[in-house]
Amino acid sequence: MKRQVFTCRYKELGNIRTRFSPLKSRVQSREEGLTHYEKKKYVWKMLYIYMLGYDVDFGHMEAVSLISAPKYPEKQVGYIVTSCLLNENHDFLRLAINTVRNDIIGRNETFQCLALTLVGNIGGREFAESLAPDVQKLLISSSCRPLVRKKAALCLLRLFRKNPDVVNIDGWSDRMAQLLDERDFGVLTSSMSLLVALVSNNHDAYWNCLPKCVKILERLARNQDVPPEYTYYGIPSPWLQVKTLRALQYFPTVEDPNTRRSLFENNASHAVLFEALALVMHLDAEKEMMSQCVALLGKFIAVREPNIRYLGLENMTRMLMVTEVQDIIKRHQAQIITSLKDPDISIRRRALDLLYGMCDVSNAKDIVEELLQYLSTADFAMREELSLKAAILAEKFAPDLSWYVDVILQLIDKAGDFVSDDIWFRVVQFVTNNEDLQPYAALKAREYLDKPAIHETMVKVSAYILGEYSHLLARGPACSPKEIFSIIHEKLPTVSTSTIPILLSTYAKILMHTQPPDQELQHQIWAIFSKYESCIDAEIQQRAVEYHALSMKGAALMDILAEMPKFPERQSSLIRKAENTEADTAEQSAAKLRAQQQASNALVVTDQRPANGTLPVNQLGLVKVPIMSNADQIIAEQGVTHENGALTVVDPQPQLPSTPSPDLLEDLLGPLAIEGPSGTGPQSEPRVASGFERGENADALAIAPVEEQANTVQPIGSIAERFHALCLKDSGVLYEDPYIQIGIKAEWRAHHGRYVIFLGNKNTAPLSSVQASILPPSHLNTELSLVPETIPPRAQVQCPLEVINLRPSRDLAVLDFSYKFGTQVVNVKLRLPAVFNKFLQPITVSAEEFFPQWRSLSGPPLKLQEVVRGVRPMPIAELANLLNSLRLMVCPGLDPNANNLIASTTFYSESTRAMLCLIRIETDPADRTQLRMTVASGDPTLTFELKEFIKEQIVYIPVPPQSPAPMPPQARPTSPPTAISDPGALLAGLL
Amino acid sequence: MGIRFVLMVNKQGQTRLAQYYEYLNLEERRALEGEIVRKCLARNEQQCSFVEHRNYKVVYRRYASLFFLVGVDNEENELAILEFIHLLVETMDRHFGNVCELDIMFHLEKAHFMLEEMVMNGCIVETSKSNILAPIQLMDKA
Repeated sequence: MKRQVFTCRYKELGNIRTRFSPLKSRVQSREEGLTHYEKKKYVWKMLYIYMLGYDVDFGHMEAVSLISAPKYPEKQVGYIVTSCLLNENHDFLRLAINTVRNDIIGRNETFQCLALTLVGNIGGREFAESLAPDVQKLLISSSCRPLVRKKAALCLLRLFRKNPDVVNIDGWSDRMAQLLDERDFGVLTSSMSLLVALVSNNHDAYWNCLPKCVKILERLARNQDVPPEYTYYGIPSPWLQVKTLRALQYFPTVEDPNTRRSLFENNASHAVLFEALALVMHLDAEKEMMSQCVALLGKFIAVREPNIRYLGLENMTRMLMVTEVQDIIKRHQAQIITSLKDPDISIRRRALDLLYGMCDVSNAKDIVEELLQYLSTADFAMREELSLKAAILAEKFAPDLSWYVDVILQLIDKAGDFVSDDIWFRVVQFVTNNEDLQPYAALKAREYLDKPAIHETMVKVSAYILGEYSHLLARGPACSPKEIFSIIHEKLPTVSTSTIPILLSTYAKILMHTQPPDQELQHQIWAIFSKYESCIDAEIQQRAVEYHALSMKGAALMDILAEMPKFPERQSSLIRKAENTEADTAEQSAAKLRAQQQASNALVVTDQRPANGTLPVNQLGLVKVPIMSNADQIIAEQGVTHENGALTVVDPQPQLPSTPSPDLLEDLLGPLAIEGPSGTGPQSEPRVASGFERGENADALAIAPVEEQANTVQPIGSIAERFHALCLKDSGVLYEDPYIQIGIKAEWRAHHGRYVIFLGNKNTAPLSSVQASILPPSHLNTELSLVPETIPPRAQVQCPLEVINLRPSRDLAVLDFSYKFGTQVVNVKLRLPAVFNKFLQPITVSAEEFFPQWRSLSGPPLKLQEVVRGVRPMPIAELANLLNSLRLMVCPGLDPNANNLIASTTFYSESTRAMLCLIRIETDPADRTQLRMTVASGDPTLTFELKEFIKEQIVYIPVPPQSPAPMPPQARPTSPPTAISDPGALLAGLL
Repeated sequence: MGIRFVLMVNKQGQTRLAQYYEYLNLEERRALEGEIVRKCLARNEQQCSFVEHRNYKVVYRRYASLFFLVGVDNEENELAILEFIHLLVETMDRHFGNVCELDIMFHLEKAHFMLEEMVMNGCIVETSKSNILAPIQLMDKA
């Protein structure tokens, strides 16, 4: 079979096949016994073929088997080829684990190196589990030569990155510090990479490495004791310098950096220089140093060497995050604009980014005009980005609105193909909402229509604006309704079907505005309507028919086709779009971490969501359009009902920026289509959808789906309240309505739970078609015994339900229950109170037990800290009661400070078994609405889930729909590390 | 993570050396190599040595008919990588003496040995030429 596949695929590649077939058959006939030399030779050939891009699906076994060869040359081939061909999940790799381990703990240094490299390159979880302690031992062993230890450092780095939970790095800070005393540069370089990873995770613990790093830098900078082998063109190991400077950037400190260098002539020193600049930026040095940096960068972006220009621009963009130097950067604006015309696209892109970043009210006009000018010559790859950016800047920083309209119309004129619908919808919104702007916009639109060839998007905008506001121009030259009609109508044959409906609406509006009616024009337009009444496109046809009929009616036409009401204010979809793309590329770098710290320094951000992916740029990007005030918004909403009551009402759009906004097209076209459905459709859909999305978290919403489905039978009492009561106790009523009462009783033993569900018929008639099922979340195994189909009058049936907790999670199980009473079908979905805390067992710990445990769980992801704001204010005793009722046992007296609480508990699940959890809560007597919470346990998920769970219990939720669920569900699996490492929260807590 | 891949490609776009530090399957690699090589080969001497491609930044250097391309993430110092390429070439030069494409083609294993000594798990391990070449020389003697 293999041979067949092989021959088909490579038939045409005679050259390769001639090498391939003997190789393959030799490899496959290994029972004949290949010598090690032959095996080696063939395995290399295989790698060569693989490198050329052909699928090599045989011989992997041979490569892996070479690993256990006794001789170095074969072993080496085995290791290298295996790490090229296989990935960490490959089954064959498992076969090698033992050999690899023997090589690592063996005495042969060269074998150790090979094995460590393999694990370092493709080691997965199983390797981490069986090898991490050995690797750690090698790294710090004094008997090992540097040769082995440098590999061990990077091997450990890999294991740690891939499976931080498996690698125990407690107490490693001292060892890291020791490592940094090393003299060998190879070990230093690789240890520095390891340090960067460790520090970026938890900088507090690695304080003691800071002086060591500075010492290394000093040694390098003074060129003391640097072996000539590590001097690269006269510069002492630039790579180590760069890495060390990078590591320093992760320490949150302000220290006087004396690492700045002057301008040398070659790349290696430039590399160091750029990294030093980044460090200066990070340290937030005094202003003078900053301006020196910017001046230096300013020099860079003007040099001839393209690499330096590129990096100069890139670093300047990073510099923008430092507020003080923005003005200094602006001095280089002219040079940056010149870079926009650079022959190199990499440089042009950087320049565009920088211009976009540095734009503000003061220079928006210049920059946007430059962008527009550049647009006509820019290459296609950049046009879309360019036009989007220009549109956003114009909207964000417009000094006056007429300028904004100018810019967008120019944009459409120059790059119509790249202007998305969002952009022109937005301009129409602005014009509609600002009366002063209307005549100007109409005039401009009219001017553009005079141009010989215009883009279709331009036809759409112009037609729309002229339809609405052309009557404001009536006294201008060549602006009589007739003239306007004819100039628009000229374009009709050239446009696509999506534009025709807009043109038809325009005609109808022109007709309406023509007072007194012009018979000739009327007949012309009617003729067009009747022509399109038989159009194949449903939208066009509908409009033609309706407008035709309406325009016959005379006075009614006036009401229906009155001017469009104002649009409700909302966040610009453009800005949202830009944010989305930025959030996609979210990654954490030192500079960004720092920016997050800055953002929360200001303490204006009350957003409770963990800062995963919300970059500082986003927060700044949320600037509302300055012109629109709240008053406008109210008028806008009132306008909806007053100005054209006869029409289908424009939906008052949900004001929350987080709710998905319905298609904008709906807004522009909706009210014109007289029939309702398109207008009402989008209004209800998003609400229902969001209700379902959040159903599990927000109380009020949890009832919504129930009400919709069974609105005739009202539940007695609040389902949410009952649910909450049952979260804290084990028996009670879960649900009640006039016909049925559902009670539950639960028993918990470790990670097992047993519910008995009581279904009581309150009536004298039987309940039929009774159905119950559990919709379990992924972490619960549930088994519900059979539920009888009918419940006799005044009877109660019991259904046992078994629950097994597999792993920590806050998701909830839902009981989907339905029955029929008479002809009425009632269906309810009830959250089962098999919540997180049911699997907790309170436990008291003494001071002797607590402190060692607490210290041994050092840092994320096992120990998480968060400052929680918006807490329901309560005295400390009440908080202690609440914790106790959640089965978190408060241990009084452990913390000397009376404002702090320490609680402990054991969590049971199948994956974690019994796991001790420790909680410390520090409250501030002056401000009861915030507190700092530290949660520690031996399992990262458990720590995170427990922290979020407690947070949910103590955070005050005034109006559930407005404060979205603490965390969007889809973000949960990835978020723990980012939530933990939110330095902003930590910092704010310290303040 | 630093370095994601090291590629060596000749002027015709044929791969001569490829080492990835994150796993991509064959299809992905083929597509990636094709796209990047096309982008880089089209650039001239006056342009800078960095090309952004998908989420990589490609740092490249040209030596006669050979292109060395190193894909890095945003966390890496570009100039340091640029000089790292040169270090790699110098190392090969020291071993082969005036290294050329054929040297690498016919001694693929040696190129891999060197790279393995220099980079591991996407991080630079060793920058001393004699240390890098030590194992290869040992083997040659043996």
